[in-house]
Amino acid sequence: MIINKDIFSNKEKAMFALRQLYASHGFSMYRMSKFEEFELYAANRDFLDSGQIITFTDTDGMLMALKPDVTLSIVKNNRHIGNRIIKLYYNENIYRVSPKTHYFKEIIQVGLECLGKVDDACISEVLLLAAESLNVLSDEAKLDVSNLDILTQLFESCGFAKETEEQITACISSKNAHSLERVCRSADLGPAKAELLKLLVNTYGSPDEVIPKLEDAFLNNSIFSYDEKDAYAESIGALKKIVAAFKEAGLEDMLNIDFSVVSDLKYYNGIIFKGFSAGVPDGILSGGQYDKLMKSMKRTSRAIGFAVYMDNLGKLSKFDGEEVEIDG
Amino acid sequence: MADMINVALPKGRLGDTVYELFERAGFECPSIREKNRKLVFENPEAGVRYFWVKPSDVAIYVERGAADIGVAGKDILMEAKTDVYELLDLNVGKCRMAVAGPKGFCYDRDNELRVATKFVNVAREFYASSGTDIDIIHLNGSIELAPILGLSDVIVDLVETGTTLKENNLEIIEVIAQISARLISNKSSFKFKTKQIETITRRLEEVIEG
Repeated sequence: MIINKDIFSNKEKAMFALRQLYASHGFSMYRMSKFEEFELYAANRDFLDSGQIITFTDTDGMLMALKPDVTLSIVKNNRHIGNRIIKLYYNENIYRVSPKTHYFKEIIQVGLECLGKVDDACISEVLLLAAESLNVLSDEAKLDVSNLDILTQLFESCGFAKETEEQITACISSKNAHSLERVCRSADLGPAKAELLKLLVNTYGSPDEVIPKLEDAFLNNSIFSYDEKDAYAESIGALKKIVAAFKEAGLEDMLNIDFSVVSDLKYYNGIIFKGFSAGVPDGILSGGQYDKLMKSMKRTSRAIGFAVYMDNLGKLSKFDGEEVEIDG
Repeated sequence: MADMINVALPKGRLGDTVYELFERAGFECPSIREKNRKLVFENPEAGVRYFWVKPSDVAIYVERGAADIGVAGKDILMEAKTDVYELLDLNVGKCRMAVAGPKGFCYDRDNELRVATKFVNVAREFYASSGTDIDIIHLNGSIELAPILGLSDVIVDLVETGTTLKENNLEIIEVIAQISARLISNKSSFKFKTKQIETITRRLEEVIEG
């Protein structure tokens, strides 16, 4: 088949390039060919970027939703996973309220999900695919990675009220050390733990610089018990495994450790990440482990995935004049 | 000039004060003080390019990446909930965001509380946290007039000295937040211009503390 290359927009070329990348790594295409009931999204409203959902009544009177998300549908429709890893990718139009315009918008999203026996190798593979996706889309990109378990463990040992946790999470997410100090003071938090929270705001960048600081602050800290130190060592170890995988793939220059990447603690856990492209003001990729969502949907297996926000990509001038060839 | 840092400054008195901080931190741009109609001012040696924008627009310029960094009031950041890094409290432009009403005002919980404000989202969130039903009246200026003319029961507004309130027989009922100017950064710019933005932040911090 011969298709004139001019028929593809840059966004379409990018979408096909990503789909090809995921397919070449053994991921199967997930097609959301039917609508889900509104109830699925209403029960997990906080998981969605925007809690607002477009609904309609189907011919049988059921209240349905116009796809606000793909992940929830993938989890719902993959019930019996067993002792394996299901690897899926998707390319769907979803409908969400734009945080900037406050109006509903059709958004093109490409992404992938791994469900099942998600182990360290699977987590590293997903992060490397996230990095490769960024390289497909951008000439200069960064992948910020965090381990949410470090923050969760620290919160547990501080015993904060939920409202305080939310305030602190907001401070960390906006690198706001001055407000963090005030929140810690009004919560009567001791200086040692306040310092650790401050460290999560002020410590970011190359893993070779950040990880020794984390190890020093958490593993050599007399305020923690041996069990607590073991838990922190495991969380820092999870970051180190990713760093090793990136070094092996020669992609370590694009990796940052940055705790300002924060996701909803109710659904996410462990490794979370966000991708940026130089000259594009918003993050263009976001993902992480969501074992807690799996648990809340009565699944015993683990999960990790990410989405690429095609509408945040700008002009994608990297694809200007790029030849499109149809293989076979 | 890829490494220039674009800085959005708020027009007006606060902007002048803020620019002085940048100047003292070593990021001067003499052309900014010239009387002309130029909108953009740059000093390639210091690696900065300044532009004045309406104070309420600074956060939008930064969030959308037209500016790498900027200076915005905490009130604007609270109201717009912009997705930016808030790197430094510049300790200038200080005031309070407060609920104010007629002296001795007592809220009768049988009726909806009528709240006049420019800060609709802040007011809604503040009262939602205490479970109070409110009727928001969105005004763009002269907020203090609303309770005097019976348009609202209370107002949510910025209070600097409290003189205007006092002269109009109003008083602060509750302080919602302490407000001051904050140095903000676009999240993506921060990833790719980390060293320059860190240097500006550090030197401004030294000026403020010095």
